[in-house]
Amino acid sequence: MTRPLLDVRDLRVTFQIQSSGAMPWHKPKQLRAVGGVDFTLNPGETLGIVGESGCGKSTLARALIGLVPATGKAEWIDGKDLISLSPRQMMKYRSDIQMVFQDPLASLNPRMTVGQIIAEPLTTHHPNLKRAEVKERVKAMMEKVGLLPNQINRYPHEFSGGQCQRIGIARALIVEPKLIICDEPVSALDVSIQAQVINLLIRLQKELGLSLVFIAHDLSVVKHISDRVMVLYLGKVMEIASSDDLYAHPQHPYTQALLSAVPVPDPDYDPVASVVPLKGDLPSPLNPPSGCVFRTRCPRAEARCATEAPALSLGDHQVACHFPGPLTETEIARARRTEAA
Amino acid sequence: MIIEQSKMQSLAARMSKDEVKGRSPWADARKRFFRNKAAMAGLIILILVGLFAIFGNSFAVWSNEELDFNVMGQVTTMGMPSLENGHYFGTDDLGRDLYSRTVQGTQISLMVGIVGAAIAVIVGTLYGATAGYFGGRTDQLMMRAVDILMSIPYMFVLILLLVMFGRSMSMLFLGIGLISWLDMSRIVRGQTLSLKNREFIEAARATGVPGWKIIIRHIVPNLLGVVAVYATLLVPLMILTESFISFLGLGVQEPLTSWGALISEGAGTINYGTLWQLAFPLFFFCITLFGFFFVGDGLRDALDPKER
Repeated sequence: MTRPLLDVRDLRVTFQIQSSGAMPWHKPKQLRAVGGVDFTLNPGETLGIVGESGCGKSTLARALIGLVPATGKAEWIDGKDLISLSPRQMMKYRSDIQMVFQDPLASLNPRMTVGQIIAEPLTTHHPNLKRAEVKERVKAMMEKVGLLPNQINRYPHEFSGGQCQRIGIARALIVEPKLIICDEPVSALDVSIQAQVINLLIRLQKELGLSLVFIAHDLSVVKHISDRVMVLYLGKVMEIASSDDLYAHPQHPYTQALLSAVPVPDPDYDPVASVVPLKGDLPSPLNPPSGCVFRTRCPRAEARCATEAPALSLGDHQVACHFPGPLTETEIARARRTEAA
Repeated sequence: MIIEQSKMQSLAARMSKDEVKGRSPWADARKRFFRNKAAMAGLIILILVGLFAIFGNSFAVWSNEELDFNVMGQVTTMGMPSLENGHYFGTDDLGRDLYSRTVQGTQISLMVGIVGAAIAVIVGTLYGATAGYFGGRTDQLMMRAVDILMSIPYMFVLILLLVMFGRSMSMLFLGIGLISWLDMSRIVRGQTLSLKNREFIEAARATGVPGWKIIIRHIVPNLLGVVAVYATLLVPLMILTESFISFLGLGVQEPLTSWGALISEGAGTINYGTLWQLAFPLFFFCITLFGFFFVGDGLRDALDPKER
């Protein structure tokens, strides 16, 4: 088997929250944004990351790229652990990992022209390039992402949201990275534009042999683009499997609940018959539940779940649950009864 | 459906043009500024005052040092403004030509205002942006230092400085420069805090752009609107401070003069019926302040921080 491009082991991100008005000697609270995530990413593969808001998707992405301090291991294909690198050593890898952001307009500096924005990573990593050459490469990249190269002197506010996202993608691609982390790249776009941007990403991935980490909360979008999907809940991995397998045979009760909530474009479809409602809200990451983090909302929770955190199983379809298995009719019925009551 | 041939052709021509020129946010702001009548009036006044300061001396018949012995001792009757003897604005108590004195005062006052504001812009912007961008302990230390400096009554310190180290122009610049950047650094820091979590800054950090380059390239250009507005409002403030100091007799010294010194002299002799000694410096003083305030207002409207 080939070496994975990125091998993440027990990645944790904990923020220290100093409550307001606290004195400096008070111990800050620990906010566990990402609590021990393991996954691997193979070259040329797309890993989708899904989960509800506040489950640590974006923090995970920012930890991989070194924007927030993290602990654990993230081994790059050449054996270096990205997390333990000093900022100077990390510089070499920054051109290999690029990021596409959620809000297309906010991720572009309004005072810079498109040409300057796209060229910035290039001039940062290759400061010796001649100006004409930089311009040449920027124009070539604009063409590649479907922008007119003659608009190189325009400013971000003169573009539509979809075009701005293309600019963001061009900026990420200009240094020929091996991995692009897309942090909800289409959440802020219209559905028709979403499709364009996603198809552009898929096409570019095939052409350039990129790996993608694709973060989204839209499950159908993730299914469309991903080879494998990882489900996060409160900073923990619930389930990782190939996209087809996960969508067809979800094993974890949380994944089942998520999938059953996907809207189906069919007027005759009765959501009441198949949607499994989840009780309550996401618990606070300041004070996560003991044992399995999902047990407070889980229909299968038993005493064991409160004391023992389930480990991620091995194999192709990895689940972190004491009682994995497909959803049963009785569970649906019971969930519905508690909802009604 | 009928497609208009000429329109489609011009569109095609535009799309195939080599490089389309973009409309920068600055160009937008400039257009809005030029449409603002009050601001344009203020700008014209300022330009005229500036021209007066630069070229005013070439129209003067008398230099600012000469004493006109014809009017000396009878200023109230002979020293009034007249075109015949070349004293366009009349003379001061000693028989010096008030026109060339006003030109000189305008030069000095404008210089004090602009130098003070320039120090504030450069030091305050860089200091505030650095504190805001790096945050944490650096920010705490830098801003507490500003707080301490701000808590000192600056007029008192300025007067002490001038008394202790002698009354000179350089000491005045130093004193004004020392205090002017404090407010600016606070404003800039606040703006930086709201900017630094924007995604484009994060994008630059993710690619590994070094911190100082992020400040220069991404933060400062996005702050300049606020800074420009505040700077135009700071210039009259500096002029006012200098005038106050000069009014007290501690500012610029003879033979140099400034608006404040001239107004002070004019106010001293107002009882003897030489009203022009007060009126002319005061007129220039007032219109310049109005000019700066209008321009500042216009800039604020043009560079509306609400981004569209």
